Amino acid sequence: MVAVTLWGSLREFADGQEVVEVEASNFKQLLDELGRLYPGLQPQIRRGVSLAIDGRVYRNSWFTEVRPDSEVVLMPYMKGG
Amino acid sequence: MNFPVKTKTDFKVVGTRVARPDGVEKVTGRALYGADFSVPGMLTGRVLRSPHAHARIKSIDTSAAEALPGVKAVVTAADFGVPEDMSLRDVQDNCMARDKALYDGHAIAAVAATDAETARAALKLIKVDYEVLPHVTDVDAAMAADAPVVQQDRADESVPEGSGPNVTNFFEFGHGDLDAGFARADLILERSFRTEATHQGYIEPHACLANMSADRGELWCCTQGQFLVRELCAGIMQMDASQLRVTASEIGGGFGGKTTVFIEPVALALSRKSGRPVKMVMTRDEIFRATGPTISSSMDIKIGMTKDGRITAAAAKLRYQGGAFPCETVSFGAQAAFAAYDLEAVRSLGWNTLANRPKQAAYRAPGAPVSIYAVESVVDELCQELKLDPLEVRLLNAARDGTKASYGPTFDQIGLVATLEAAKAHPHYAAPLGKNQGRGLSCGFWFNFGGNTCVSLNINNDGTVGVTEGNPDIGGSRASITMMAAEELGIPYEKVRTVITDTNSLGHNDVTDGSRVTFAVGLATIKAARAAIEVMCARVAKIWGIDEDAVAWEDGYAKPSGPNAGNFDPMSLAEIAAIASETGGPIAGHHEVNAEGAGVSFGVHLADVEVDPETGATKVVRYTVFQDAGKAVHPDYVEGQMQGGSVQGIGWALNEEYIYGEDGRLQNAGFLDYRIPVASDLPMIDTVILEIPNPGHPYGVRGVGETSIVPPLAALSNAVSRAAGIRLHELPMSPPKILKAMMSKD
Repeated sequence: MVAVTLWGSLREFADGQEVVEVEASNFKQLLDELGRLYPGLQPQIRRGVSLAIDGRVYRNSWFTEVRPDSEVVLMPYMKGG
Repeated sequence: MNFPVKTKTDFKVVGTRVARPDGVEKVTGRALYGADFSVPGMLTGRVLRSPHAHARIKSIDTSAAEALPGVKAVVTAADFGVPEDMSLRDVQDNCMARDKALYDGHAIAAVAATDAETARAALKLIKVDYEVLPHVTDVDAAMAADAPVVQQDRADESVPEGSGPNVTNFFEFGHGDLDAGFARADLILERSFRTEATHQGYIEPHACLANMSADRGELWCCTQGQFLVRELCAGIMQMDASQLRVTASEIGGGFGGKTTVFIEPVALALSRKSGRPVKMVMTRDEIFRATGPTISSSMDIKIGMTKDGRITAAAAKLRYQGGAFPCETVSFGAQAAFAAYDLEAVRSLGWNTLANRPKQAAYRAPGAPVSIYAVESVVDELCQELKLDPLEVRLLNAARDGTKASYGPTFDQIGLVATLEAAKAHPHYAAPLGKNQGRGLSCGFWFNFGGNTCVSLNINNDGTVGVTEGNPDIGGSRASITMMAAEELGIPYEKVRTVITDTNSLGHNDVTDGSRVTFAVGLATIKAARAAIEVMCARVAKIWGIDEDAVAWEDGYAKPSGPNAGNFDPMSLAEIAAIASETGGPIAGHHEVNAEGAGVSFGVHLADVEVDPETGATKVVRYTVFQDAGKAVHPDYVEGQMQGGSVQGIGWALNEEYIYGEDGRLQNAGFLDYRIPVASDLPMIDTVILEIPNPGHPYGVRGVGETSIVPPLAALSNAVSRAAGIRLHELPMSPPKILKAMMSKD
C-alpha cells in the first residue's frame, strides 16, 4: 500500500482523510485507484494533477514507480510562464 | 557505453560565455518576427472589439461590411463550432465572443480585406446590438454573493457552499496545528494586501499569417509553443493536427503571455472563408485590452513569531481574479506562498473568481509573486517590530534539504540556505545607506518542471552537427542547447547549429514555459548526442574489428578502451562522419521524453531604494540577485534571466497596473500610461549565480527563467518601508500612494 497525501480541499472527497492508502506500483495505477476508491476525486484527476514522489514533481508519467515507502503527495497540475 | 556524470570541474564548453547564435541577426534587423512574414495575395485581418465590459450580444449584422469593396471575409462566433472540451471552448470563446462580451476589448467579429484601411472601414460597418449588463472588475466585489454573474455555473466541486456566483475553484494546502502554533508566538501580525493586474509587456505584438484551404493549413506566428498552437487551432478549426503546420517565428518576448492563442484561430477562419492568406497583427491597445494580463489579488496573511525570530505558525487567504474564464493560478500562489520556510504549522487557502476582465495568462511563475509578496512583507514587518535582522530570520526559518514543504512534499537538494548565506556575505548587505534610503530583502521560489520534449541530432558529413528542437528560443536556449551538444560530443561550439523546427518535423514538444527548456531540451539533447555517440563507436568498432564495448568516446574521439582493445589511432567525429556512407549510412541520434526531475528554484533579492519625500517617487539605487541555477550553462543568459525577471518585478512593485474606470473599461491601454521600467530608471542589476547541482539532470541544470520575478515585489516594498517609514499593503507603490502614506504619517 502507498500512502498518498491529499491537499486540504480534496479531503472532503476522501471521507475527510488527509492521507489515504492505495494499492499501486506506479503513477497511473495510483490515480486510477484513487478515483475508484474516492469517486469525488475524479473531476480533479480529470482536470489534471501532478504527483510529488519522494520530493520530485511528476506530470502525466504513468509508469513512474511508486514504492510502499515512497512519499507521495497529490498536487494540482503544474504550469508555468 | 558508459557515460560518467559530469562534475562542475570537467566542463569544457558548458559554463563559458560563447557568442549567442542569434545575436547578429537580431541587432541587424534580419531576424524574422511574427509580423515579418508575407506571402503573395495576402489579406489584412482586423478585429472588432467590445466597447462594453459586459454585454449580451443580441445580434450582429455584417452585411454592410461584407458588401464593402475589398472585403473578402467576415467572421463571427457563428463561423466556429462549439467544442465539447470546456477548456478548449474557453480558449475559443476568448478569441471570439459567443453570446456575451465578457470584457472591454473582447473580440466580437473579424474582417479580412485587401488592405488595412479597408479592413478598418469594414469594422465600422458591422452593426452589433448589445444589451449592456452590470459588470464587475474588482476582485473582492467579484467574490460577493450579489456580484454580477460573469458566467453561469462555472464553479467546480471544490467551491464551498455559500460562495459567490463567480467563484470557480478553491484550494487548501498546509499541515500542522495553527492554533497551537499561534499560541506559541510572541507576536502575531495580520495584514491584508491588494495587488493589481500587470501585463507581460513583451515588445513584439502578437502576429500571425494563416493560409488555409478547405482542410489543410499553414500558420506562421510568434508563440511560446507552436505545438500548443497547433493543438488549440486544430481543435477549434475541427481539423486533424497533421493537416495544420505551425511554424514559430523569432519571439520578441513572451514571459508566459504567448502560451495560448488569440488571433491565430481567427486568421485561420478568415483564410478558410476568403480562400486567401490572412495576416493579423495586434495593436498595443488590443494587446493590453484583450491578451493575458496577470491575476489581480486580495490577500490576508497571518504570521506568528517568537521574539528570537522563529515562525510558529503562518496562514494565508488568497483571492485571485483571473478574468472572465476559470483558471487555477491561485493554486500555485497558495502552494508557493510559504515555500521558503520550514514551518510546523502552515495553511494557505485560495479562491479564484471570475471578473469582467481579459482572460489571465501565465506570467513568469504565475501566481507566486503576489502571494510571496504578501508573506515576505509580513515577515519583514515582524522583523521590524521585534528588532531582528531580516536575513538572519530567513536563515533561522529557511527550508532546507529534508524540510516538509508547505505544499506537501519533502525537499531534497535545494539551494535556499546557500543563497541566503551568499546574500549575507555579499558587500551589498552591509553597505551604508544614504538619506531617505532603505534596504529590502525577499526570498522567492518557483517549482520548475520538464515536460514533453523531442530532439533530433544529426552528424553531418563534414563533421559538423545539426540539432533540431521544437521550443521557441526566448531566453537563449539555442546557445545553451548547442553548448550541451558540443560538450557531450566533445567538439567546438562553433561546429554545432541548433534550429527550432515546425510542427511537422518533430514529435510533440510542450510549450516554452515552466523554466523547462534548458533543463528538458538540454537533457534530451545530451541523450540524443549519446545515442549518436553509440552509433559512432559501433562503426569504429567494426572498422577496428573489436567489440563495441572496447571503444570509448572521449573529447570528440573514439578510442580503444580496455586491456584487450588493441592499439589503434583514435578517430575523430569528423573522420567518422566523413566515411559514414561507407560504414552504414547517415549517423544521427534522437531522444523523446516526458522529462521529470526539474528541481525547484530559490532566489534571494536585495534592493536599496531612495524615496523622494516631496513626490513619493521611488528610485532603485542598488539591486542584487542571488539565485541557484543548478549548473549555469551560459552564465550570460542566466544573468539575463535574473536581471530581466527582476526588472519586471520592479515594475510590478512600483508602477505597473491595470486601471479600470467605473464603466469597466481599461483606462491605460498603452505604454505611455502603463509605465514599465526602462534602462534609465534602473541601476545595473548585479547577479550572483549559485550552482547547487540538480540531481535530476546529467549536468545538474535547473530552470532559471521564472524565480527572478518573485522576490522584487516584497524586496521593494520592504525597502520602501524602511526608507520612508511607512508600510504599504498594496501594489503598485506608485508615487501618489507613497506620498499620501507619508503625509498621513506626518
